Amino acid sequence: MGHLPYHLEEERKRIWELACAVGLDCYETIFEMVTYDQMNQFAAYGGFPVRYPHWRFGMEYDKLSKSYEYGLSKIYEMVINNDPCYAYLMEGNRTVDQKLVMAHVYGHCDFFKNNKWFEPTDRKMMNTMANHATRIRRYMDRYGVDAVEDFIDKCLSIENLIDRYAPYSPSKVDKRQEKQDQTRKALLKFDREYMDEYVNPDHRHEFEPKEEDDRMAKVPERPERDVLLFLMHHAPLKHWQQDVLSIIRNEAYYFAPQGMTKIMNEGWASYWHSKLMTESIMTDSEVIDYADACAGTLAMSPMGFNPYKIGIELFRNIEERWNKGQFGLEWSQCDDIAEKKAWNTDAGLGREKIFQVRRDYNDVTFIDEFLTEEFCVENKMFVYKFNQRSGRYEVDTRQFPLVKQQLLFQLTNFGQPIIHVENANFNNRGELLLNHLFEGVEIQYNYAQETLKNLFAIWKRPVNLLTVIDEKQKILRHDGTELKTIDVLAESQVKSAEESTGS
Amino acid sequence: MSIREDQSRFRDIVRGRIKENFKKYVTHGEMIGKRENDYVKIPVPSIDIPRFKYGPKQRGGVGQGEGKPGDAVGKGQQKPGDGKAGSDPGEHNIEVDVTFDELADILGEELELPRIEPRGTKMLSEKYKYSGLAPVGPDSLRHFKSSYKRALKRYIASGIYDPTDPVIIPIRNDYRYRSFKVSQQPQANAVVIYIMDVSGSMGNEQKEIVRLESFWINAWLKKHYKGLETRFIIHDATAREVDEDTFFRTSESGGTLISSAYRLCREMIERDYPPSEWNIYPFHFSDGDNWSGDDTRLCMKILKNDLIPSVNFFGYGQVESKYGSGQFYKDLEKEFPEDERIVLSKIKNKEAILGSIKEFLGKGR
Repeated sequence: MGHLPYHLEEERKRIWELACAVGLDCYETIFEMVTYDQMNQFAAYGGFPVRYPHWRFGMEYDKLSKSYEYGLSKIYEMVINNDPCYAYLMEGNRTVDQKLVMAHVYGHCDFFKNNKWFEPTDRKMMNTMANHATRIRRYMDRYGVDAVEDFIDKCLSIENLIDRYAPYSPSKVDKRQEKQDQTRKALLKFDREYMDEYVNPDHRHEFEPKEEDDRMAKVPERPERDVLLFLMHHAPLKHWQQDVLSIIRNEAYYFAPQGMTKIMNEGWASYWHSKLMTESIMTDSEVIDYADACAGTLAMSPMGFNPYKIGIELFRNIEERWNKGQFGLEWSQCDDIAEKKAWNTDAGLGREKIFQVRRDYNDVTFIDEFLTEEFCVENKMFVYKFNQRSGRYEVDTRQFPLVKQQLLFQLTNFGQPIIHVENANFNNRGELLLNHLFEGVEIQYNYAQETLKNLFAIWKRPVNLLTVIDEKQKILRHDGTELKTIDVLAESQVKSAEESTGS
Repeated sequence: MSIREDQSRFRDIVRGRIKENFKKYVTHGEMIGKRENDYVKIPVPSIDIPRFKYGPKQRGGVGQGEGKPGDAVGKGQQKPGDGKAGSDPGEHNIEVDVTFDELADILGEELELPRIEPRGTKMLSEKYKYSGLAPVGPDSLRHFKSSYKRALKRYIASGIYDPTDPVIIPIRNDYRYRSFKVSQQPQANAVVIYIMDVSGSMGNEQKEIVRLESFWINAWLKKHYKGLETRFIIHDATAREVDEDTFFRTSESGGTLISSAYRLCREMIERDYPPSEWNIYPFHFSDGDNWSGDDTRLCMKILKNDLIPSVNFFGYGQVESKYGSGQFYKDLEKEFPEDERIVLSKIKNKEAILGSIKEFLGKGR
C-alpha cells in the first residue's frame, strides 16, 4: 500500500479542484495505491482493511482472486464511506482509468457526505470496524474460535432482519425513553444513585393501582422489524453473545444505506466522472480507452439490471427535463406527445434539481418519482418471469406500470422478504413467532429451514414463522431438531373447537 | 495478512464438506485417470449463510434489451443477472477445485488409514549434509562465525578482552570447521501389482467397482511411496500384463483360470522385484468363480509357496456378481485361516468400496 505516484498526485489535485468547482462537496479523500491482491483482500472485507475474522471473508477473497486470475473480473474502484473517505487505486491500471476512478470516487464521496440517508451512518467506521475486530478476537481467545465463529454464523443468518428505516425515525427511540421517564416520575426522588433500590424497592409497585396486568402484556407491543435488536434484549444470551450480535447489527446498519441508494449512488458517481472526464480531464489520446472503459461499465445485459446505467441515465434525464421545464402540473397534464417532446421553457433548473435529488432521495423514491414511461421505452426495459412450462425465464411484459412496480418491489427492503417479530410468547409457551408480510412471492423453503434452525439456537425455544406456502397460510415451526409445517387454518379450528367445549 | 487466516478457515470448511460427502465422490467414475496434481472439480453443497429470502421460481426481475413478451431471456437456463434481487436460483452447488493429492489425503483421514511403515531398513540411501561443526577440518571449511565466537568467549572469560581495543586473536583451539553428517534415509521401494479378473462372469458393474477400488488404493499408496511402481495384470483363462490405461478401460470375456494370473505375478516378482528390497502389494479382484477345483488348488500352492512369503500382504477383493459362485473366497479362507499376510474383502456394491479399502489398507503394512 502506498501513496500516489507523482503524476497521479498532480492529477488528483486537478480533479479535486474540478470537482469542487462544479459544486461537489466531499470529505477529504485519501487514495491508496494497492496491488490486485490487496484490492481483492479489501474488497472481501467490504472495503475495510481490518475486519473480524470470519471464513466468509475468506470465501469472498477466494472467489475474487480466482475470478481475477482467470481474467473474468477486475475491481476498478473501491471507496469507503468514512471521514476522511478512503479509496483504493489498483497498481498497473492505465492512467486514464485511474483518472476516471478518481473522478468517480469524488462523486461517491459527495454522495456519502450529502445524501440524507447516509446521515446516521458512523463516519469513523474505519476505527469502529477495527474495534469490532479486536472485541471479537478477544472473545475468540476467551471462548474459543469455534464457539464464536459458530455464533457469528447464526447472527449473520438473520443479519438482514433489521429495520432499515429505524435510524430515520427518532420517534421510536423517544417513545421508549418517554415511557421510562414517566415511570421514573412516579417514583420517589433520591439524590444518590445507590439509594434508588432502597427508596423505590421493586415490591413498591404492588401497592399501586394496576392499569393492566403486565404479565399479560404482549411482547413486543407492536410488531418489531428490528429482529436483531429484539433478540439482543429478549433472547437468553450470554454477555459476549449479546455483544457479538450488537456488532453484527451495527455493521448491518452501516451498510444498509449503501444498499438503499445503489442506483443513485452509482448513477451520481458515473454522471460526474463522465462529465468531468469528457469536459476537462481527458486528453485527446485517451478518448478511445475511456470510451472502452465506459462501455464496459454501462453495458446492459438482457437479464442484468445495471444500476450504473439506469442511475446515470435517470440523472441525465432529470437534468434535461428540469432544464427544459418538463415538470409540474401543466407538463403532466399535457397529452400531446409531439408537444411534450418539443417542450422547452428554458427553465435551466437542471443542475440545481439533480443536486437536490442527490440530497433527498433514496432508490425507491428516486425510481418512484423520476422513472417515466418515455424513459422506460427508451431504455427498453421489461419484466421477466420464470415460465414453469418452458422452464426458462421469459420476457413477461413491457408495460410501464408493471415494469415500475416490479422494479420498486425489487428495491423495497432490497428485494428481501419483510419479516418482523410478532410475539415472543407464542402459544403461551415462550415460543417466538415471526410474521412474514406476504407480498405475493414465497420464501425459499430450504433457506428458511436453515435460518429457523439458527434462530432456534439463539432463542433456545421453538421458533415459528407465519408465511404462505402454495398460496395457503402456514406456520413453519422449528423445535431444534426438525422443521414442521403447520396449517394455520387447522389450528384456528382447533382453537375454536376448544373454545366451544370450554363454554 | 488476516485474509489468509480467513481463507484457510474457508478451505477447512470446504474440506469438511468434501469429507462429509466423500462416499459420493469416491464412486464417481470420472475420477479414474486423474494424476496427483490434477485438479478435480467437486460439487459441494452450498457453503452459504442461510437467510430468509424469496424463492427463485416465482421471482422475476427487470431486464433491458430486445424481445417480445414470451421470448426467452438470455440463453436457456441461465442465471438471472445480478440485479437488486439477484443471486443464483435453484441449487446452490459451488464447484471447488481440489488437487487429487488432497483428495487422497482426505481418503486417508476419512478411513483413518495408518501411515505405512517401510519394510526393513535394508534399502538405505545415504545422504551427505553439512550440518554440524567439528574441531578439525580443512581450512577451506573453516566456520568463521563460530570460530570468532569461541575466541571471543575465551577472551572475555580470561578477562583480557578490552572493549576499547576489541582485537581478538584466535588460537588453534578456537577454530571450528564445517562437518557433514551422513544421514541414512530409508527408501521405500514399493510395487503394487493389480490383478483383475475380466472373465465373462464379471459384468460391467463389477469391473467398474474393481476399477474404482484399485484406483483409490493406487492413489493412497502413491502418496506414501515416492516412485511407487505399479503393474497391471488382467486375466481370464490366460493372463497378460497391460498398461494402466488398458487396465482401467478394457472389457474382455472368457473363462477363468486364476492360476494363470498368479503365475504371471510370480514371474514378475522373481524377475523384477527381489522381495528383500521391495515392498510388494499384489491386489487381486475377481468374482471368485474359478474354472475348476484343480486350478484353485494350483492357485493355493502358488500363493503358499511363492507369493505369500515374498509380499507385504496379498489383497483379495471379491466382487459380488450374479453369475459368480464366490467359491474362491471360501477356499482362501479355508486355506489361510489365520495368516495376516492375506487380506480378504468382499465388495457388495459401490457403496462398499470405501469399507473395503479400509479393510485392505487399514493395517498399514
